[in-house]
Amino acid sequence: MVVFESGEPAERTDRVFSALADPTRRDILRRAALGEHSVSDLARHYRMSFAAVQKHVAALERAGLITKRRRGREQLVSTDVATVSEARRHLEDLEALWRGRLDRFGETLASTPEEAP
Amino acid sequence: MTVTDVTTDRVSHTLALTAEYRASTERVWQLWADPRQLERWWGPPTFPATVVDHRLEAGGRVTYVMTGPEGERFHGFWDVVAAEPPTGLEFTDGFADAEGAPSADLPTTRTRVEIADAGDGLTRMVIRSSFASTEAMDQLLGMGMLQGLREAVGQIDDVLLATADR
Repeated sequence: MVVFESGEPAERTDRVFSALADPTRRDILRRAALGEHSVSDLARHYRMSFAAVQKHVAALERAGLITKRRRGREQLVSTDVATVSEARRHLEDLEALWRGRLDRFGETLASTPEEAP
Repeated sequence: MTVTDVTTDRVSHTLALTAEYRASTERVWQLWADPRQLERWWGPPTFPATVVDHRLEAGGRVTYVMTGPEGERFHGFWDVVAAEPPTGLEFTDGFADAEGAPSADLPTTRTRVEIADAGDGLTRMVIRSSFASTEAMDQLLGMGMLQGLREAVGQIDDVLLATADR
């Protein structure tokens, strides 16, 4: 029953999933999982303004998917892998939960034979 | 193998599981409709469920308590949206506090159950489930993003594994 054992405020789950719904933000996560990047570094990879990339980074930070740290004049971004894995777990937990239920459903059917009409 | 298919339905925006059982449609429905049979499979063996209220009709409520190995108790409920014996059931499933007030901290799921005769003495049951309180999840699934999400996080995990090996 990991679905409720790993429970967390639903609001936060919302933020995580809406942050992950955008392909640019997923790409930023991938890059920042490889190591720290400055926002200007990241901005070079996308055909959009520095400010737009900054907004994506801010959305990821609000969702707890990345952390930022200051080095001199730069902001360094890295992926918080624990949060990313947590989001994946929600989906997998739901599937695992139902697989377990459907297996037990079959066992219950088998152990309680149909009554003759 | 009970579960015959697991898929993301991009049209109805849900995680769908299909299972087939060698039993009649009515018999399969009984496992939802009879609280004593429902509690035999709803909770995992380590968290068996005891059904308290069981009003399986539109607007009705089912409540249950799951008891863990240390005696910890979790209160759950279904808000029944539709019940069409013996073929259809739809409900929102969530957790509640000891007084039965829904928990705001845990995500609820919306589940649709379809039961149909599959011929040859088999009954097919399809479960479609999604995080009801999470609009973003619906969007994600609706846009066919589930796969994308899995790939994205899968790649991150691969990268981490690779770097950990060094």
